[in-house]
Parts: sequence; structure tokens; C-alpha cells
Amino acid sequence: MSEPVALKLTAKDFKSDQEVRWCPGCGDYAILAAIQQFMPELNIPRERTVFVSGIGCSSRFPYYMNTYGMHSIHGRAPAIATGLSVSRPDLSVWVVTGDGDALSIGGNHLIHALRRNVNLKILLFNNRIYGLTKGQYSPTSEVGKVTKSTPAGSADAPFNPLSLALGAEASFVGRTIDSDRKHLQSVLRAAAEHQGSAFVEIYQNCNIFNDGAFDQLKDPATRDDYLIRLEHGQPITFGADGRFCVVHPPGGFGLEVRETSSVRPEEIVVHDATVADPAYAFALSRLPGLDLRNTPIGVFRSVDRPSYDSVVQEQLAAARAKVTETPEQQLAGLLGSGDTWTIL
Amino acid sequence: MTKQIRQLDRVVIRFAGDSGDGMQLTGDRFTSETAQLGNDISTLPNFPAEIRAPAGTLPGVSSFQVHFADYDILTPGDAPNVLVAMNPAALKANLADLPRGADIIVNTDEFTRRNLAKVGYQSSPLDDDSLAGYVVHPVALTSMTVGALAAYDVSKKDAERSKNMFALGLLSWMYSRPYESTLRFLERKFAARPELVAANVAAFKAGWNFGETTEDFAVRYEVKPAKMTPGTYRNITGNAALSLGLVAAGVRSGLPVFLGAYPITPASDILHELSKHKRFGVLTMQAEDEIAAVGAALGASYGGSLGVTTTSGPGVALKSETISLAVALELPLVIVDVQRAGPSTGMPTKTEQADLNMALYGRHGEAPVAVIAPRSPSDCFFAALEAARIALTYRTPVILLSDNYVANGSEPWLLPDVESLPDLRVEFATKPNGDDGTTFLPYLRDPETLARPWAIPGTAGLEHRIGGLEKADKTGDISYDPANHDFMVRTRAARIETIPVPDIEVEDPDGDARVLVLGWGSTYGPIGAACRQLRQRGLSIAQAHLRHLAPMPANLAEVLRSYDRVVIPEMNLGQLAHVIRARYLVDAISYNQVRGLPFTSTELETTLEEVLKNV
Repeated sequence: MSEPVALKLTAKDFKSDQEVRWCPGCGDYAILAAIQQFMPELNIPRERTVFVSGIGCSSRFPYYMNTYGMHSIHGRAPAIATGLSVSRPDLSVWVVTGDGDALSIGGNHLIHALRRNVNLKILLFNNRIYGLTKGQYSPTSEVGKVTKSTPAGSADAPFNPLSLALGAEASFVGRTIDSDRKHLQSVLRAAAEHQGSAFVEIYQNCNIFNDGAFDQLKDPATRDDYLIRLEHGQPITFGADGRFCVVHPPGGFGLEVRETSSVRPEEIVVHDATVADPAYAFALSRLPGLDLRNTPIGVFRSVDRPSYDSVVQEQLAAARAKVTETPEQQLAGLLGSGDTWTIL
Repeated sequence: MTKQIRQLDRVVIRFAGDSGDGMQLTGDRFTSETAQLGNDISTLPNFPAEIRAPAGTLPGVSSFQVHFADYDILTPGDAPNVLVAMNPAALKANLADLPRGADIIVNTDEFTRRNLAKVGYQSSPLDDDSLAGYVVHPVALTSMTVGALAAYDVSKKDAERSKNMFALGLLSWMYSRPYESTLRFLERKFAARPELVAANVAAFKAGWNFGETTEDFAVRYEVKPAKMTPGTYRNITGNAALSLGLVAAGVRSGLPVFLGAYPITPASDILHELSKHKRFGVLTMQAEDEIAAVGAALGASYGGSLGVTTTSGPGVALKSETISLAVALELPLVIVDVQRAGPSTGMPTKTEQADLNMALYGRHGEAPVAVIAPRSPSDCFFAALEAARIALTYRTPVILLSDNYVANGSEPWLLPDVESLPDLRVEFATKPNGDDGTTFLPYLRDPETLARPWAIPGTAGLEHRIGGLEKADKTGDISYDPANHDFMVRTRAARIETIPVPDIEVEDPDGDARVLVLGWGSTYGPIGAACRQLRQRGLSIAQAHLRHLAPMPANLAEVLRSYDRVVIPEMNLGQLAHVIRARYLVDAISYNQVRGLPFTSTELETTLEEVLKNV
């Protein structure tokens, strides 16, 4: 194979001529800008990039990308993208979805895309609210959330999107934040390099209906003590001067946060996204409390597993390798197979 | 001893037994032998939804009816001349369908006190005079099979299970069928277990020899080959023909076929069949649900495949939102609905035509699609090609309304010459179509077909976005403009309404009929047979059959107005009749039946005769 030609694309090349119509101040703007700036790095021609979305504020995303794109129907983007990806392995297919789109109406398609390991990059913009329908609670809203549809507070427990994805056998799981462009792009980079499904949760602020949902993770006064920045191969410590760390307590099932000064250095968990057993990444996903303390961001899990696309294409290629006839000859043979008889 | 040989022009045989007795396979083999002989054939399987209903009970009875003749026939026959009853339940469940004088071959081994009690027989009908009007042949099928296999290396259970082959051997002898294809079939089926090949062949031959030697079967029958168009034939079910039609559509369009499907009776066989044809580039995906199945098919169509999804009524209901998206996106999509009796789970293995309203109207918004229906098992091949042709040429979803009767029924199929099949090649958009030479307008239409360009991802310079939001004419940009929406809604309607479809043909051999029978889909056979019976009695009647239900043929209005009365028999409560009345202001007579079974030609003959009397 020859060396790929540098396409020399810029962020501007990925901006469509459509007027962006999110509310002023929406976190989606930051994500759009970060992705448009990041895409040239992949050196994939615009025409081979496709964004597929469902319904919701985030799902307007494809209209603003100067690539191929489909704004589909509520919750179904992973299913539609699966058909596209598996039949067109030459394409780079991205799914943009939200917490309601991916986890409520489209929950079934999300888990099955992850289970199959379809070669999709799935970006879930999680703002913990229904924005486009003007402010109902979502499947990631905290219990007791008071919204238009839950004046007495919501009664149902939320999903943890990363725990769900890991339970669905996801081979790549990460989390990032709309306001941290550098980090967001680093996670996208890892996701883009991954063969198979890459699931990335992006905490995104809805300044109209759920403003400040992730403020503790953004406020310079609190963020260092709240955020755990996962880095592959590094001991997991965080807070000012690394005063907190993550350990695997003996006899326990999961991971816990301790004061670094209270543990021996060898007790601190060294992050390894390639651990085969999803229990490790699952334990990481369970660290945050309701107040967002101990929220890991970065790549939780990245393991090699054959993608659905590659297995299907291998089966097709194997079947076609034996073919020596023209399609018409093959068809004539197929029609005339089985018990036939001839009338003269 | 030499047996008397009697010539018949037609015979209807029904094989009936427990769901585990292998009656479908037995009927299928008998059909294949009969096809080899050159008779015309029509078959009707009838089985419960339960895979193994409790043994020996009425709900567990499975049957297979085959009608064969020395002339061309249209239906599997109204009433069997011969019933093979493998147990008391099979006898009880089917006796009412038998005309007096019919032959009944019963497996006496199963007529035990316990089995009789299971179906409510106080005493054995073989011992009292309740079967006096029939010609009963008591045969100890099970014990004779086990006896014949005593020397073979098979378990008693396997020996007993071979009794269907004994029955097949006996019937094959009775009707002078060539059995080489059955021997070859057994070798293939049990290739991994040679002892079972030997046992089944031995059971078959024991049945054949029993017929030859026993006094009970004094007569052997022959049905001469039918006069059929010269050529090569195979026997084919509707589901198999439909699958091959989709493969052929891929070959003739040069596009990969993508099937997204979720298992559902009676459509699953299409998924099974297409999954075998990867060498044609056919890609099948068993999706997580009906919605994902159609979604994946639409995604594949967007990428340049012929996207197909196959299902039954409940599945179409789930797919409805995605079909509407396909209407808005104006992409090709074939939706196959193998109808079954509804609503809800209804009777999943029984036939009905009650999804017509859903196919025509069952979507939100003004969301017209093309709808076509095959008339017979082999016609499913051509209907699939026609559905693909319309989908690809006019970039629209097409609903193909098959039903359980044509899907599982079979008939001989004159194999078409591949080169004679329609050319379905399409052209993808490759360059900008705007006046300035650089802009791409995804909703700029072909003035002839009203189809928009199919610009697939990967095509440089044509990057564009599509979606479910209303689009501006030509540019495809999001638009809330009132006049634009009105224009786009009317254009989408016109896109379907102006698809050219062949004129409807009327069969009126006498030329002076005053009554027209109009049907659609699988009722073609019974309606045709009823019309023939009336004409043989000197009555004039015209028959026309709709393949295209949306759009309807241009000459239909004129045809309908040419007759004093129009009768529309349907296996629903009058869905086509409603459309005809509304669209054409014709006071059509709606004749309906929803029993989960096809019409019999006799009942249609009676109904039509009443209409003829009153004209």
C-alpha cells in the first residue's frame, strides 16, 4: 500500500453552509468546533466521512458538518448507521446522539451496536435533560429531578451510560467534557483509531433547561478535586498534588478513592484500558457520587475484538472468492438448482 | 399379483399427522415426485404455530395438501380425495373436509384407547359405522415400519420416526410416482448418518411393496403429465421464489442486496434463504428488532445497496416510522410483508390479506409508497423484481404484500431466461447538478421519474445532508416555508401516482360477461378456478386481478365501468372494495372471509353464481 496522501484539510473544510441553530451558550457549539478542528487530523476525505444522528438537540449535528450526513429518527441512528457501516467498510461512520435518544427511545439499538462491535464512533452528548422538547427529565437525570413532567420530582433511577455500555460488551468506552477541547479531542483521537464500536460520553451543558449540571467538573475551584483524568499506564491519582488516588481494596469488589498519603504507592491502581475483563472499567464507571465527585474522564476501556463489519465482510469475501462465473451465469445456476424437470 | 390401473385427471391428497410426524416433509417429497412426472401441481401446507404441540391432540395436527392434475390447475383443491391420517387427531381434524367416497388411509397403531380419548372419541371410529361413507384402508403403519427395520442398526425411536416414509412409499406406489428424487433427497438429508439413509429408504420401499402386495389396495392410479409450456421447471414455494427474485434484482441492478430482518412467521424463510447467497454479494443481518431491521436496510440503501426488509404484519407496524423516513429521504427500500391472520399475534401460521390498509395508509403524515402483491407462489419471483424496479427507478419504499398462502404454497415454475429479466441498472450521481457547475442539489428531480439523484457517500464533491425534517425543493435544506411544504407533499404524492404500471388485463373468454370479479394477491387461484367452473357450465364471467395496488393501473377505471356488477372477494373485511368504492365510485360487492384459510373455488363459484342470477 502506498503512503496516504496528506489531504491538508482544515477545520473550515468541515463547516457546512448551514446556519447553526442551537441556543446561544449551548455546549454543543464547543463540541462542534472541537470536532471540526479535529477531523482534518484523521486525514480521511470528507466524502468518506458520514455523520448519522437521531432526534434531539445534539442530533442536528450532521447538518453543520460538510461531510455526508443523515439526520434520522428518534433513537434509530445506531441501527441505520450499522446498515451503512457494514455494507460500506470504506466509510468512516460517526453517530451523534443524546441521553434521551441513545438511552431511552434508542436503548435497544445502542446496546446491540456495542454488542456486535459495529465499526461506529458513537458520541453521546449527555446533558441530563430533554432540551428539544423543552425540559423533561431524561434517563440520565438524577432521582428527584423537578422538571415540567415531574413537578414532584422524578421517581426513577438514572442510567450510568458508561456502565450500560460496558455491560453491553463495548470494546471502547470513554468520557470527556464539552468545555475541555484538548481532552475532548484526545478521546476522539483514541476512539477514531479504535477498530469496532467506540462509545464516548460527552458531558454537555444545556444552559436553558439544565444549566450548570457539570459545573463542579468545570469550576477551577473544584474541578481538580472532582475529576479523575485517566491516563493509560499511569497510577490513578488526582486532586491538588495528587492528594487522592484510586485503590482496589482487598476483599472488595470494586475500586475506591483514598487519600494518597494513607496508602502505600504500590496499592494505587495503574490505569490499563486494555484489561480484558470489563469489571475493571465498570468499577471505574461506578466511582462518581451523585455530587459528581470522583468523575473519571478519558479512555476507560479499549480492547481488541473483531468488528462485526470485518467478520461480515470476511464471510462475503470467502463466499465470493470461489466464484468463477459471471453474476448472470451464477443466477441461472441458482434458479435451476434442486429438483428440476424439462418438458419438451 | 397384477393390479388394475385406473386413469384419473386430477387428485387431491392430504397428509395429516402430529406436528412431529414429518407430514410437511412427506407432502413435500410427494410433491417433488409428482413434479418430476410432469403433472401440474398446487400445494397447501397447514400447520400450528407451536413447534411441538402436545402429541396426539387436535391443536397439534399438521397437514399438507397436494393437488395434481393432467391439466393446468390454479388451487390446492377444495376437498381431498385421499386423506392419510397418522393418528385419531388427524382423522378427527380433517374428516369434515372429506367428500363422501373419499379414501382414508389410517395408521391403526395410533388408534389406542388413550389417543382416542385425547380427541374425544368414545369408541374407535374404525370399529363403528361412523366412517361408513368412506373407503377406509386400515394400515398398521408404525408396527410395519418397525418390523421392516428390525434388521437395521437404528433405535426403535428412529425406526418409528421413519413411518412417514412408509406412508410416502405406499402413496407413491398408489399414484405411480417416480421415486428417484426421494432416494436422492434422503441421501442428502441424512448424509452424516448413513444408517438413517438406509432405514428411511427401507421404510419407503416397505411402503411401496406393501401397496403392491396387499389385497386392500386393489387399484393403482395414474395421472398423466399435464400439457405445459416447454422448458425447464422446478417446484417452488412463494418464499423461495421471492428470495430468488431479490437475488435476481441484485444481479440485474449490479447492486449488493442488503437484507435486514428479524425472525417472524411466516417470513423467516426468506432470511434463511438469502443468508445462503453471499456469493452474490447478498448481505443479511438478523437485527435486534423489526425497527433496526428496516433501519439497517435504509442505511444500506443510503450507501448504495438495494435495501430490503422482510417481515409480517406486526413487524410492518413497528417499521412504519422508518418507512416514513424513507419516504422523506426518497431512497429505495423494499419492505416485504408476508401477511398472516391478525390483529396482534393472531394466527401466525394462517393466511389473511388484512394488511392492505396498513400498506396503503399505515404511516404518519402524507407518506405514499408503492404497493404490489404477487398472485401465486412462482409469481413472487417476478413481484420481487418489480418491487426492486420501482424502488430503484423511483427512489421510493415499495411494500410487497405476500401472504402465508402463497409464501408456503408451491407450484411448478417455468424457469425464466436470466437475460430476459428486466434490466435494473441505476446511475448514481457523480457530479454537481447545479447551474453553477459546482453546487449539488440533492432534491433536484429527474423530470421524467420525479426521482432525486442518488448520491452515495464516497462521492467527492457531492457531500450533502439529508434528514426527516422537511426539505426545500431542489436544495434539500431544512425548510419550514408553508408553500414549500405544500409543494413537497404534493410532489411526493405525484411521485407515486405517476409511476407507470402495466394495464390490468381482463380475462373474459366469452366476451359477453356482465359481471367482473376483481381480486388482488393470493386469491388469484381460487377466483380463477371458480370462474372456470362457471364458464364450463355455460355462464359468462370476467376476471381481473390487481398486482399494483399503489399506484393502480391507469385503465382500471374504464375496466370497472365496463361491467354491470363488480365483485371483490378478499380475505379481509373489504379493504380493496373500500378503496375501489372511494376512488372509482363503483358500487362493488364485497365478499369476505377471514378463516385463516384460502377461499375454496366451490364457495366462490356459489357466491358468484348468486351475483350472476341477480344481474
